[in-house]
Amino acid sequence: MASFGNAFSSSIGKKLIMGITGLFLILFLIVHVFINSLIFFNDGGQTFNQGAEFMAHNWIIRAGEIVLFVGLLAHIYQGLRLVFENRAARPVKYAAYNGSANSKWYSRSMGLLGTLLLIFLIVHLSDFWVVSRFTGIPTEDALGKEDLFAVMVDKFQNLGIVILYVLAMVSLAYHLLHGFASAFQTLGWNHKKYSPIIRAFGFWYSIIISVLFALMPVAIYTGIIK
Amino acid sequence: MSTENMNLTLKVWRQTDNKAQGNLVDYKVSDVSPDMSFLEMFDVLNEDLITKGDDPIVFDHDCREGICGACSMYINGRPHGPKELVTTCQLHMRSFKDGDTIVVEPWRAKAFPVIKDLAVDRTAFDRIIAAGGFISVNTGNAQDANAIPIPKSQSDAAFEAAACIACGACVATCKNASAMLFTSAKISQLALLPQGQPERYRRAQSMVAQMDAEGFGNCTNTGACEAECPKGISLENIARMNRDFYHAKFVSEEEV
Ligand code: HEM
Ligand code: SF4
Ligand code: FES
Repeated sequence: MASFGNAFSSSIGKKLIMGITGLFLILFLIVHVFINSLIFFNDGGQTFNQGAEFMAHNWIIRAGEIVLFVGLLAHIYQGLRLVFENRAARPVKYAAYNGSANSKWYSRSMGLLGTLLLIFLIVHLSDFWVVSRFTGIPTEDALGKEDLFAVMVDKFQNLGIVILYVLAMVSLAYHLLHGFASAFQTLGWNHKKYSPIIRAFGFWYSIIISVLFALMPVAIYTGIIK
Repeated sequence: MSTENMNLTLKVWRQTDNKAQGNLVDYKVSDVSPDMSFLEMFDVLNEDLITKGDDPIVFDHDCREGICGACSMYINGRPHGPKELVTTCQLHMRSFKDGDTIVVEPWRAKAFPVIKDLAVDRTAFDRIIAAGGFISVNTGNAQDANAIPIPKSQSDAAFEAAACIACGACVATCKNASAMLFTSAKISQLALLPQGQPERYRRAQSMVAQMDAEGFGNCTNTGACEAECPKGISLENIARMNRDFYHAKFVSEEEV
């Protein structure tokens, strides 16, 4: 009987998992940044809280959340495996290695950037996701909705947290500056007509998403959004 | 860029055999003509070492005209040195300045063990080819030029892939020591032509499996290989190989 054989343990199969899970995370970030940007209405978080409530109670979103978690774990596991295997593929290092002559530093630092994101994700998930899903949001807003915005305002009074978030978004920007186009190359989508469009789209996606996310803690800390 | 003769300091990797611990050794070479090739400079240095009764530096070379792929020096942190689209044998000393210090190392990869000094064992590449980089039927005498019509763009792409000289610079420069550019060139040169079709997906599968078995790293699309390849082999070949591999694994009903 024919099977998929070693499709996913081969070097290309491993990359396929990285690419698909990476693209799924990219899709998720679009939804995430859209909902969170509702705080920019600057209405004491009312619109944002409505959006958050919709997300928390919509079953499609909840099912997607499970896929997202499995995907994220696969991405992290596979990513760290790539880092260690690739390090082992060159046991003796060069005395002189001029990497910047032929590639971008962030393309050579995906494991480091990813690890920074992982550290951030642990802090971030325990700050918000654990609160909204498990321990409970303490207060309600004027409309009687769970006040996730108040949790946000509370967290972002701490300058250390704000700095961590901004640095994490810088890492995200660079991770995606390489990752976005890289995922398409991995999938085999290299095309004279489409690749330049993918690269341009990936560039603007990375910048816009990261800047919007970074603005949130900064705007709350400085009191522009309250 | 020098037009006068130069005095240079070389830091060259010396290692007596695969088991030995190697190290960088300093050599002064004086009165180097800018018109010499990099390998000719090594010839002069080796003459000198032999005269002194020292062991000459071992390095691979054959054609010395950029077509055989034997020469393999990692020069100042880059494979085949600072110039684009040239092999070490075609690199000239006019690319350096009087007083320069030049670090010369062998290709570094687990799959390319050092044989001696700057020479490494690249038979891993031969085994990747042996795993499927050929056509199993006898194709006979050369056909009439137009017997099998092939679109120009297709034959150009096949020709460009076939320009790979198997030097290993792509592996040497890749931070992951990945052999994807080489393997994809060898798969593409056949995948793009009619004669390569019957075994196309089987070939992609077997050659990728051999590439992995040799202990090369996993590609992360940094693009360093394409930038350093002396023959300008394009990343498009890697994307094509990935497509063929997915076809073999997920579309084809055959399993190899
Ligand atoms: C929001 C989070 C993340 C997103 C959107 C994301 C996205 C991506 C994308 C699109 C790729 C390119 C895949 C490819 O080339 O096929 C990638 C690669 C990679 N990611 Fe992530 N990633 C995220 C988090 C992480 C984390 C937490 C790690 C932690 C270890 C990580 C480690 C890596 C590594 C090592 C690579 C491989 C480099 C490469 O293939 O070029 N990523 N990521
Ligand atoms: S792809 Fe280029 S760098 Fe790699 S072996 Fe072939 S010619 Fe050398
Ligand atoms: S010696 Fe043949 S390519 Fe350099």
